[in-house]
Amino acid sequence: MDTIFALASARGKAGVAVTRLSGPQAWEAGRFLCGTLPEPGRHAVRILRDSAGEPIDRALVLGFSAGHSFTGEDVVEFQTHGSPAVVNTLYRELGAMDGLRMAEPGEFTRRALENGCLNLAQVEGLADLIEAETEAQRAQALRVLSGALGEKAEAWRRDLIRAAALLEATIDFADEEVPVDVSPEVLDLLSGVEESLAGERDGSRISERIRDGFEVAIVGPPNIGKSTLLNMLAGREAAITSEIAGTTRDVIEVRMELDGLPVTVLDTAGLRETEDAVESIGIRRAVERAEAADLRVFLIEHGGSVDALAVQPCDIVATGKADLGRVGGLSVSGKTGEGIDALVARIAETLSDRAANASSAIRLRHRQAIERALDALCAARIEVEQRPDRSELAAEELRSAIRALDSLVGRVDVEDILDEIFASFCLGK
Amino acid sequence: MKHAGFDVVVVGGGHAGADAAHAAARLGARTALVTLQKSDIGVMSCNPAIGGLGKGHLVREIDALDGLMGHAADRAGIQFRLLNRRKGPAVQGPRAQSDRKLYSAAMQAALAGTPGLTVIEGEATDLMMSGDAVRGLVLADGSEISAGAVILTTGTFLRGVIHIGDRRRPGGRMGDRPSVRLAERLDGFNLPMGRLKTGTPPRLDGRTIRWDALERQPGDDTPEMFSFLSRKPFVRQIACGITHTNERTHGIIRENLERSAMYGGYIEGVGPRYCPSIEDKVVRFADKESHQVFLEPEGLDVDTVYPNGISTSLPETVQEEYVRSIFGLEDATILQPGYAIEYDYIDPRALNDRLELHDVPGLFLAGQINGTTGYEEAAAQGVVAGLNAALKVQGREPAAFSRMSSYIGVMVDDLITRGVTEPYRVFTSRAEFRLSLRADNADQRLTPFGLSLGCVSEARKAAFSDKMERLEAAKDLLTARSFTPREVEAIGIKVRQDGTRRTGFDLLAFPDIGFEDLIALDQNLAGTDRETREQISKDALYAKYLERQNRDIEALRRDEAHEIPVDFQYLGMDGLSNELAGKLQAARPRTLAQAGRIEGVTPAALTLVLAKLRQAERKRRA
Repeated sequence: MDTIFALASARGKAGVAVTRLSGPQAWEAGRFLCGTLPEPGRHAVRILRDSAGEPIDRALVLGFSAGHSFTGEDVVEFQTHGSPAVVNTLYRELGAMDGLRMAEPGEFTRRALENGCLNLAQVEGLADLIEAETEAQRAQALRVLSGALGEKAEAWRRDLIRAAALLEATIDFADEEVPVDVSPEVLDLLSGVEESLAGERDGSRISERIRDGFEVAIVGPPNIGKSTLLNMLAGREAAITSEIAGTTRDVIEVRMELDGLPVTVLDTAGLRETEDAVESIGIRRAVERAEAADLRVFLIEHGGSVDALAVQPCDIVATGKADLGRVGGLSVSGKTGEGIDALVARIAETLSDRAANASSAIRLRHRQAIERALDALCAARIEVEQRPDRSELAAEELRSAIRALDSLVGRVDVEDILDEIFASFCLGK
Repeated sequence: MKHAGFDVVVVGGGHAGADAAHAAARLGARTALVTLQKSDIGVMSCNPAIGGLGKGHLVREIDALDGLMGHAADRAGIQFRLLNRRKGPAVQGPRAQSDRKLYSAAMQAALAGTPGLTVIEGEATDLMMSGDAVRGLVLADGSEISAGAVILTTGTFLRGVIHIGDRRRPGGRMGDRPSVRLAERLDGFNLPMGRLKTGTPPRLDGRTIRWDALERQPGDDTPEMFSFLSRKPFVRQIACGITHTNERTHGIIRENLERSAMYGGYIEGVGPRYCPSIEDKVVRFADKESHQVFLEPEGLDVDTVYPNGISTSLPETVQEEYVRSIFGLEDATILQPGYAIEYDYIDPRALNDRLELHDVPGLFLAGQINGTTGYEEAAAQGVVAGLNAALKVQGREPAAFSRMSSYIGVMVDDLITRGVTEPYRVFTSRAEFRLSLRADNADQRLTPFGLSLGCVSEARKAAFSDKMERLEAAKDLLTARSFTPREVEAIGIKVRQDGTRRTGFDLLAFPDIGFEDLIALDQNLAGTDRETREQISKDALYAKYLERQNRDIEALRRDEAHEIPVDFQYLGMDGLSNELAGKLQAARPRTLAQAGRIEGVTPAALTLVLAKLRQAERKRRA
């Protein structure tokens, strides 16, 4: 049985995001992410790390053993920060594990039902819950499929059906007048779809950002005017500003539109060495969030630098407090608004460049589907290349690929494949 | 007059009827087979061949349950070929040309020798009813046969119309009369019906064919039998001929197209796309200059030849003209003209998975009447209906065939959940677990099931357990020891030097490793017999894929375990759209798995159905 996971809290920006894992591998997967898990029924704070050992987020982790959980199975729950970036990273990690996949609408409930873990009142309330979930997914799918991805998905579907039809024709109509070797066309089709899917996968990290918004972190030494800049951008007093260095201790997020792009601007604690325990947690968090952000705006003093954080190629470096005396380059003042327009233009330009590369696959589910399909397509291609006679093996891999892409290209039924076969070949002795 | 009472009465002695009656009798049911003439039993009305891809799988499955078809096909086989020999065992299908006379003789002999089975000559004209349920059968002479269950295997008799050009006449197959009263009785049940058509080619006189000039297709050097109990062919083997249509043939057909029943607008039924008439081929694939024609002798001592590939509903004179335009057939004489036949079928969605009508308890349907085509499909349905009719009368649990374990299950499930849009035939591509549903392991999949039902003879039981013992011994040997990549390479086999220890069974899954190669690793394997070596190699081949499929199989099995009561109400269910509720209500799936295969049914909808099932259970218990 697969282990399934999904967001148990509302999707989108929220203070806390609750992710639930259920199934035989829930504990194993939990341990993989956070080292040790609390005893069943207890909770603990853990750092979640990806497969490279890089931290994803600090989370409250809860474990439930089979028979004592909502679904009746082994369950692990992570309460992480509500940022879509964190959630997406976490799901990428989970989805990459063998035997784990995102849950279908109603699937947690389904398992709870299977295991007799719902009472009658809960069962009666199910319809609304499932309907809501299904509707949400349907709306999402509709948005995706009516867009550019819809066209691509249509092409994938067509090509996959054609490839399957060719392979199946050599199997089911072996004693009839079908081409003996369909390998060249099948290989052509498979590598075409593979390439297009891979492009989609590589681009889809960016497109998730378009939906949830890009994250732009303002970083720099204390008291350089980061919060003032944020307030200026937001047009309101989102962050407390004062002359006292270290006023901002937590990460403050403000969602806004910059030149039409949805952007979440993060104001972070000033980066410096400090003895203050609370401030140092703030600084660590600032660094983590800034690293995970799509773009960092370094606000520094003229000739200054930031030790805790490396400037990445596309980052923007500006001199702060321009009202106190202008220097060369990009120079801004949150107080007077000087240079703000130029900065916004630079941010928008940088993000637009990235958006231009964006593909249209929006949901993480889609990317996971694409990744599974890519594996299977690659295996199918190798079978066709190395053992053209054994088309049942290539066909098997191709079937898995098509199944994986169900949610994107729609269910491919055997009738679709037979239609293609009968349309292409004159069969019948 | 009243006949003695029977448990099961089968109407029709075609492929579905013969295997249905035999299956019911194997379970100990007192069984009657009613047919117009005893000599009609086991007649091959279309091409003289059994098996093929998917079809050969079905025959093996029938045989694994001790059914008739494989037994008869082996005795009548005059040319055996294993299709897809170069591909893997999962998609290899045994096929054989049959001697028609030998085939029906083998069928009739087998039925005659079956205890508890009585063949009655007569025309079935009506059903005896008791309320909604069927209580027996009425014959044309007014006599009555009471029975606990009736199986109709009447082929194309429902409003069957034969077309040759613009000539039409009512009839089942050539020479038969359709039974009108029985059809009226069925009409009274208000069953959903549809109309299909199929066709046959003209039969040629073999003495007028220039065999010497033609390309020949011999059988395999090592013939592959259908039955697990047969070893080698029973009679002399022959070769088929191959020829091709040409531009002149196509010209003749094009010129006369409007005289074809099909193209003249005389036929409304839907024909099978995989078995098009020559008219269809010429029209739909106009750029194809030639079509292959197989010349299949219909027997060892008859002169009739079946030209496979040129079925038609053109007038006789045109048939003669186009046949004679084909190379090697310049002087050919037609013994019987080709014809198209149109007939009604009953939408199989009106059946449950035992092939019993939802609304008429005790009435089972099998074969063409359910919208299928093909001897093998018919016989396999006969087995399902025969076993279940007997089990029903005996008050026992029904025999359910699953998509996970048999092509029979795939076919029945396709029929009852999806219905048909053209005459239905099996393809291996219809089986989602194709790699595990192989012709070679049909006995491993189904004989234990047959044993548990009690439909398998002592002889087969003994042969099967002997085979399984040898297989298990070989498997034990193969898995007892594992070898390092270095050890494996030492005997000349290339494997990745990844430090993984592999058993002999693991190694057999490698493309280029055969059982014989392994003997160098373990001398104990030398004692394994040839047949066991071959079988276990096939079992090992797909191991990697089968492991992967297990998760899917497990999920399906779980869904199959949730049975849905026949009277389950979908309409008005919270959260279920009216459209979906309507579809489910019409299909009446027996399990959650079947519900999931109905078009448009989502996992969420299944959860709702499951919730309602659970709710009902709880209320019942409370």
